[in-house]
Amino acid sequence: MTELQAGQGTQPLDVARIDARPQRYRDVLIALVAFVVLALLPFIFGSKQLLDFVIRCAAYGLFATSLNLLVGYTGLISFGHGMFFGLGAYGFGLMMQKTGVPIPVAFVATLAMTLVVAVVIGAICVRLKEIYFAFVTLAFQMLIHSTILSWQSLTGGDQGLRGGIPRPPFLSIDLSNHLHLYITSCALLVIGLLLMRQIAQSPFGYTLRMIRDNATRASFIGIDVWRAKLTIFVLAALFASTGGIIMALFVSGAYPEFAYWTISGEGIFINMLGGVTTFLGPMVGTVLLLILNDTVTRLTEYHGIVLGIVILFFAIGLRKGLMDFVVEWFAQRRGEVGERAP
Amino acid sequence: MDLDALASCLASPACLVTQTTSGLIIGMLLFLVAVGLTLIFGVLKVVNFSHGAFYMFGAYFAMTAYQLTGSFALAMLSGAVGTAILGLVFERVFMSRVYGRDVLMQLLVCYAFVLIFDDVVRMIWGPEFKSMGMPAAFQVPPLFIAGGVVPPYYLLLIGVALAAAVVLGLGLARSRIGKVIRAAAHNPGMVSALGINTGLIYGGVFALGGMLAGLAGALAAPVRSLTPGMGFSVLIESFIVTVIGGMGSIIGALIGALLIGLIRSFGSLGFPLFTEGLMYLFMVIVLVSRPTGLFGKEVA
Repeated sequence: MTELQAGQGTQPLDVARIDARPQRYRDVLIALVAFVVLALLPFIFGSKQLLDFVIRCAAYGLFATSLNLLVGYTGLISFGHGMFFGLGAYGFGLMMQKTGVPIPVAFVATLAMTLVVAVVIGAICVRLKEIYFAFVTLAFQMLIHSTILSWQSLTGGDQGLRGGIPRPPFLSIDLSNHLHLYITSCALLVIGLLLMRQIAQSPFGYTLRMIRDNATRASFIGIDVWRAKLTIFVLAALFASTGGIIMALFVSGAYPEFAYWTISGEGIFINMLGGVTTFLGPMVGTVLLLILNDTVTRLTEYHGIVLGIVILFFAIGLRKGLMDFVVEWFAQRRGEVGERAP
Repeated sequence: MDLDALASCLASPACLVTQTTSGLIIGMLLFLVAVGLTLIFGVLKVVNFSHGAFYMFGAYFAMTAYQLTGSFALAMLSGAVGTAILGLVFERVFMSRVYGRDVLMQLLVCYAFVLIFDDVVRMIWGPEFKSMGMPAAFQVPPLFIAGGVVPPYYLLLIGVALAAAVVLGLGLARSRIGKVIRAAAHNPGMVSALGINTGLIYGGVFALGGMLAGLAGALAAPVRSLTPGMGFSVLIESFIVTVIGGMGSIIGALIGALLIGLIRSFGSLGFPLFTEGLMYLFMVIVLVSRPTGLFGKEVA
């Protein structure tokens, strides 16, 4: 199977160029429809809890989908991706509290900071193999976490960034208004997903799949594997950071837990839950995990046991994510209806 | 940052002795946990992300046994044997299903058990901090070496851990079982073809690793407080140890554990808030210069 996929990696350079445009229009259309539906939700239901839920989905969804670019598409199992989530939240929160620049400026500046950090950390990490890559990313995550804990004068230590993040209005968007925050989060989510989809479907995205399936072959063809891995590491970090920014805006603060390793663990779990073979799998996983978390914490104080059993069910029982099943089911049905050219 | 405190400690022999012994016991406890981790990785090729839970169970088993019987020896024994059985069951029932699957699956199964084990402990022993208390036999005045304070229990702890290291090292190098284990690590297919039950070896190695971690937990119970999450920080630190020392290397685990122990005890003087950060920094430096660790071999 790996041979087959690796073989496919070389062809789509041609095929993708022909097919890319209609598919891109389709993706943009889906994104627009999704955004309109999300934007209409508050006028139909008007429940604050639902909006809160969607905002959290936006933050975690961007984070988890960006992790899938690494885990699912490139085969880089990062156990420290959460550090960029934390960096985004802290970077944005600090920028707003200390400098008082307009929100878009702070947003861009936070992404720029994430970019620099991700280039440095990525350059060190991506040349390591599988399990060592997982460990070093985990170590960097913990390094950033302990830096946040120990730099009390700047970050507030284990108390987190408190006192609220100022959210001055810009371009007649007032993020301290719950509805405005909701619409902005949805817009960021949809734009982020669309961009990541473009990355995944681009020739570069197929290069990543090829590196995942057979890195040696990729480098023989003349692909600079190290550079491709570093590029996707940095890009994924930017989207994770955006997720962190949404989270900081939502809770109006930043806490050390945002940079703790469990965020990365949850991200991996979300990917597992939804499935890494489809682009929207992590998004489905995010919704599932948040619903699961909310219901389980309401029902029992021992939510670790319930969550653990669910993970075991997926990892040992099903051996794949939910979206993988859906896709396979569709493929099977299609096969029964009649032979179609793939 | 408090570099003056560090400098003045380095200048005084009394402080030097105190800090070194405290570094040694941290290192020795870490070694016992890390050596199991590295052994399991070397033979089974899985990273046991839930290894910290065995340390935790060892401590709780020892505390309960001590409260029931009042015997320190029985407490140590139940900590070690209890976790060995737990390790065997865990390996045979769950871990053996994910051998040869991708790393992601193995990490997830272990992640699930980190969550489950922590909650099980919370259910049985409650969420609050517990303490076993120093056994009566060791409630004696501390020794003074060059002016530094050294509790006798620390000496016992270091001695037991060193003995375990020697027995383990010699056993793996010399005994028949040790040779079989090393052969299984190298080529399980061949070992199995020679009529040796590899499943039994895998289970045994996992039980041994669990036992060592449980022993570490039991030894730590009198000097540390017990909480449901206590396994995790130990796990992260022993990961650092195995990664620094080289996955699969016992001598690497020993050296790595001692280095981390000393970094912790002296780092807490110079950089009280950044002690943990120092360890991660050290790990990053080692990995960048030697990706397979100080004593690790190139993995295929």
